[in-house]
Amino acid sequence: MTELLKRILPTVQKPARYTGGEYNEIKKDLSQVRVRVAFCFPDTYEIGMSNVGMRILYGLMNEMEGVWCERVFTPWADMQQAMQQNDLPLWALESQSPVKDFDMVAFTIGYEMCYSNILSMLKMSGIPLRSSERKGLKNIVFAGGVCAFNPEPLAEFVDFFCLGEGEDIAREVVSLYDKAKAEDWTKEQYLLEVSKIPGVYVPSFYRHEYNEDGTLSAIVPLNGAPKVVTKRIVEDLDSAYWPTKMIVPSTEIVHDRANLEVFRGCIRGCRFCQAGFSCRPVRKKSPEVLYRQAVETLEHSGDNEITLSSLSTSDYRGLKELTDQLIPYCEQNHINLSVPSLRADNFSRELMEKLRSVRKTGLTFAPEAGTQRLRDVINKNLTEEEILTTCQNAFSGGWSSVKLYFMLGLPTETDEDVLGIAELVYKVIQTWKAYATNKKRGLRVHVSTSYFVPKPHTPFQWEKQISPEEYLRRCRLLKSHFYSHSIVYDYHGPDLSQLEAVFARGDRRLGKVLECATELGAKLDGWDEYFNYSYWYDAFQKCGIDPNFYTVRGYGEEEILPWDAIDVGVSKAFLLRERRRAYEGCVTPDCREGCAGCGANCLLKEVSCDA
Amino acid sequence: MPRLRFIKQGRAAWISHLDLMRVFQRAFKRAGLPLKHTQGFNPRPSVSIALPMSVGVSSRCELLDFDLEGMSLPCDEITRRLNDALIEGVEVIKTYELGQKVKYIGFLDCKVSMQYDGGVKCGAVEKIAELFARKELFVEKQGKNGTVLRDIIPMIRKISVSADGENQICIFARICCQEPSLNPAQLVVAVEKELEDLKPDSVSYERIEIYDREENLFQ
Repeated sequence: MTELLKRILPTVQKPARYTGGEYNEIKKDLSQVRVRVAFCFPDTYEIGMSNVGMRILYGLMNEMEGVWCERVFTPWADMQQAMQQNDLPLWALESQSPVKDFDMVAFTIGYEMCYSNILSMLKMSGIPLRSSERKGLKNIVFAGGVCAFNPEPLAEFVDFFCLGEGEDIAREVVSLYDKAKAEDWTKEQYLLEVSKIPGVYVPSFYRHEYNEDGTLSAIVPLNGAPKVVTKRIVEDLDSAYWPTKMIVPSTEIVHDRANLEVFRGCIRGCRFCQAGFSCRPVRKKSPEVLYRQAVETLEHSGDNEITLSSLSTSDYRGLKELTDQLIPYCEQNHINLSVPSLRADNFSRELMEKLRSVRKTGLTFAPEAGTQRLRDVINKNLTEEEILTTCQNAFSGGWSSVKLYFMLGLPTETDEDVLGIAELVYKVIQTWKAYATNKKRGLRVHVSTSYFVPKPHTPFQWEKQISPEEYLRRCRLLKSHFYSHSIVYDYHGPDLSQLEAVFARGDRRLGKVLECATELGAKLDGWDEYFNYSYWYDAFQKCGIDPNFYTVRGYGEEEILPWDAIDVGVSKAFLLRERRRAYEGCVTPDCREGCAGCGANCLLKEVSCDA
Repeated sequence: MPRLRFIKQGRAAWISHLDLMRVFQRAFKRAGLPLKHTQGFNPRPSVSIALPMSVGVSSRCELLDFDLEGMSLPCDEITRRLNDALIEGVEVIKTYELGQKVKYIGFLDCKVSMQYDGGVKCGAVEKIAELFARKELFVEKQGKNGTVLRDIIPMIRKISVSADGENQICIFARICCQEPSLNPAQLVVAVEKELEDLKPDSVSYERIEIYDREENLFQ
């Protein structure tokens, strides 16, 4: 550690997140390392270290001979300021070397509102922001993660994107770099070769042309790049790489526990959900492999809690078999087993009762919409009856608090749907009055509404986002219909979700807005204490770009979409079909009940979809 | 309850008191040493570290009390296993049964290293030594109810000041560390307040040894 860093550390909050040195951190002898990868997570240490994808890719790249992958996180604002005052460039935790010394700089991007952090991290590293300004093979910047499914707002800054699951593609692009460096290729040569790897999207190899009205008129592939890049997936999860020796942070992180992914993909077709469509097809992992990995992971970390994660864990076929094995192990070793996002079915209820970690405090539902009509439109197959029956069971079992999550601004939503939320909440309160065993404790119903953001690769990818004013009107309308003191209603201001909508469906012209906002001071936008819409407002003004073009306008079905060169497996024809069904209020049954023909099974060669 | 004595230094000095307990809880688990858990609805592994330390301070003399679940292992074996499972900068020196009660801890030897980028000024060592030789020396302390002025001299049992190379002055002091307790940082606050031109550019702190109320080594 440098003397300078030692002097700065006492002046910042939570210094342990900047020092590295955790258990299972990987250190290598630099004289044996040919390719150095700085794996950047564009948010704080506490968030980044909770990300399973980063854990997998860190382990996997470090298993490659001659490659050393190190971690970099966004420093908190106090550290950013101290770095600026002291001319201290951003460093990687393992070696404490400046990021600028690394061959490859990788970003994993899971959320649009961390885009400004990507630019500020490059800036803090002293690396030129624009791909065109970085001439040599050094500091190749590449990125992956769900936001790579519409990477256009970042097209000017990132040299190439890896689409889909990273297990295979990360090895391939790093190995190619190893070869390129040994043979002294130019950057252009490397980009040309890397663009031939399936799943690699090199944005500078695509020319975007526009109509007078600002919509896209063509996406022209250059340099022999494929017209459409298809995301990569791992077919057999049982044999896929899993890092059992994971880093154990020495300071508390957001998800301070071991985390095991039980399967990938989702059989539910909630029409607003990007992960639900873009992570298809469904692939299983066997309970035996999961049990073994759970035990090994826990023994190497010493964690006292493990989470079984996925998009919808109740839909994992092996859940009973896995938990039957895992619960005794966990009980014997004082380990809490947590299974989040269970559905309200019978097995899940039994399971919840068996899990020690479930405290009688909270119960969470995400009905997303207040009326059955609108829930059918969005294909959220959760009925009022299911919610009320589960509440009834919970209240008679001693629970006294419920959280309910909704969205406002969903397609076809009317005031009646908004007031349907108040009605549903009222029925929950009535259920409590009828069935609560301990009324003295009182009831808390936390209601939270968010502002609907249409996302690419979903049936709602063409939809309008309602205006911020209209969103606030609906919030106030709803608020005026909550009469009970038991209700706690939260809603966020519209600015962040409006920006999220702009960037989620944005095109490359937004690159300059991003650069400008970061220049003006935008940083840590995902954090309430630092998010400041005025930087973004000013940036849109300065760049002459109207955010409404990306939000309230809505996209035409005939329009070329900025992400049309990217294929996540689900066909556009299917998305359109689902859009039509939404308007008709037609529910599409889950994939297990019947295949709806989304097209994602075409990504599989060795196995079939496990929906 | 068995006790272990450990070192905390280097990068690990930046781990907070609460986080260090987590680090140990996980290390015990990795070492195959199951800790007894507290009773209650949300059982927690029982470990306790004697004197909480500020973030950034290193120590050669930390004490941690723990209780293992239904097993008796030789102390050396516990030390060995834990050290295999611990992180860089945290090292167990020895494990032993039957330590003295923590409430008998009275004094602490500490080293305060003050760095001067422009070199140590002529006469600085003497001036600082004179400062701590005063009969009384009032220093502001941040308490729960605002700041209070406290005389720190009665809490200093021994003190020596010396130059360490061109750029550093070291203070070695034996100070009260429990009822009342003196944070070594207060020594620097005193220097900064009374001898403004001797304000150091950076300071580091280290705990060296702990003693009971009779100034015998505390076990």
